[in-house]
Amino acid sequence: MPNWINACAAGDIDAEDLIRFDHGIQTFAIYHAPEGDFYATAGHCTHENVHLCDGLVMGHLIECPKHNGQFDYRTGEAKRAPVCVNLRTFPVKVEDGRVFIDVDA
Amino acid sequence: MGKRDYNLLGPDAQRAVQTGLAAAQWYHSDVPRREMKELMQRSDGPAIRDTILLFAAMAVFAGLGIALWPSFWAIPFWLAYGVLYGSAMDSRWHECGHGTAFKTPWMNTAVYEIASFCMIRNSATWRWSHARHHTDTVIVGRDPEIAVMRPPVFIKVIANFVGLIDAATGLTRMVYNALGKVHPEEAVYIPTQEQYKVVRVARVSVAIYGVTIGLAVLTASILPLMVIGLPRLYGAWHHVMTGLLQHGGLADNVTDHRLNSRTVYMNRVSRFIYWNMNYHVEHHMFPMVPYHALPALHAKIKHDLPAPNQSIAQGFGEMWPALRRQLANEDYFIQRALPPTAQPYRNDFHAAALGSAAK
Repeated sequence: MPNWINACAAGDIDAEDLIRFDHGIQTFAIYHAPEGDFYATAGHCTHENVHLCDGLVMGHLIECPKHNGQFDYRTGEAKRAPVCVNLRTFPVKVEDGRVFIDVDA
Repeated sequence: MGKRDYNLLGPDAQRAVQTGLAAAQWYHSDVPRREMKELMQRSDGPAIRDTILLFAAMAVFAGLGIALWPSFWAIPFWLAYGVLYGSAMDSRWHECGHGTAFKTPWMNTAVYEIASFCMIRNSATWRWSHARHHTDTVIVGRDPEIAVMRPPVFIKVIANFVGLIDAATGLTRMVYNALGKVHPEEAVYIPTQEQYKVVRVARVSVAIYGVTIGLAVLTASILPLMVIGLPRLYGAWHHVMTGLLQHGGLADNVTDHRLNSRTVYMNRVSRFIYWNMNYHVEHHMFPMVPYHALPALHAKIKHDLPAPNQSIAQGFGEMWPALRRQLANEDYFIQRALPPTAQPYRNDFHAAALGSAAK
C-alpha cells in the first residue's frame, strides 16, 4: 500500500536541481530533471554521511558535494567512485502542482 | 590531548569514531543555492588551456635540456621542467582526482593518471585516500594525508623539498603493490572491490620505470631518468612549499575548515603551478567548486573567513614558528582571529580534542 506524502510544490525546485525533504526520521532528495520529470532518492550519499541536497545536478546525475561520487538519480545507480553502493529511489507523482513521494516504497 | 598516534588502525582512529569526529558534519559558510550552483558549474575551457600550456612548456623545457645536455646551460631548463613535473603535476593530480578540472570525464581521468604517475602515487589508492582527507581533514588517526604530524620531524619535512621521503615511500609501496599486495592501512579506506586496481596500476608503473631504467643502462646515461622519475625529486620543492601551508601549524581534530586550513595569496606563476589551491579553506569547504572558480568563491565568503596570508613568505612566517613550538608542545596550534562579519568558531563541537591555541 503506497504511503504518498505531499513533499513540496513542483515550482519549489528549479529545473536540473534538487531540494531536501525530511519526513520523520527519513531524509530525501527530490529532483527536477531537465525534461520536467520529478524523482526522489534517499537523502544521504551511500559513501559517507553527506546530504546530496548541496550537490550539483548535471543532466540525470547527482554529484555528492563532498567527494564527487555520482548517481543516476532516476535509477539510483552508482556511476562514479568513490560511491560503489546504489542509492535507494522512491516513487514520485505530481498532482495539482504538488510533488508526492511514496516514502514506504 | 598530548601524544598523537597517526596510525589509521590505532587508538586515535578509534577515539575519533567514538567521539563523533570521524565523518562529522562540518561548518560551511552560507552561500545562496543559485550562486553555489553557478560556482560549481563545470567547463573544459580553462583546464584545456592550462593543460596545453603545461605540456607544451614541459616539452620545450625538456627538449632544450636534452639538446644542451650535458652542458651547464641545460640546468635552468631542467629546473623549470622539474617544477612542472614534480610540482604542477601534484595540483593536476589533485584537481582531476576531484573530477572538477574538466567537464568531460575522460579528460579528468587521463590527466589524473599521468599526474599520479609523475608524483609516484598509485592512482587507485590515492583517489580513496584523498576522499578520506576530505571527510576527516586533519583528524588524527583518520586522515591519511597529514603532511606534518606532531611533533614535527623537520628532517623529513626538509628532505621532502627534494622529494626524498615521499618518492622513497611511493616507490617502495609501488613494488609492494605490484607484488599483488594491498597494505592493511590502504585496506582501511579502499573498498575490497576496488583493490585489484591498486595492483594493476602499480604493475603498469613498474613497467614504465623498468623501461626507463633499461634505457638509461643501455645508453649509459641518466638522461632518460632526467625526463622520467628524477624530476619528482629535483622539482618537488614548489608543491611541498605550497602543500605545507595548507594545514601546517593549524588545529587538528576540529570540524571547521577555518581552523585547520589556510588561504594564502600567491603570485600568478605559483597559482598556475598550484592551480589555485592557495584558496584552501574555500576548497575544503566546497570541494566541488572547480579551481578556476575559487577566486570568485573566495570573494563571496571571505567575510566569514580568517584574513588570508598575504604571501607565501608571510604564510611561512606564521607557520614555521608554530611547528617549532609543537616540538615541545604537541597541543599547540595557531587560531586565527575571525573578522566581525564572520560566524564564530564553534569550539564546543570539538573542545575535548583541542589543545592550546596561540594567543
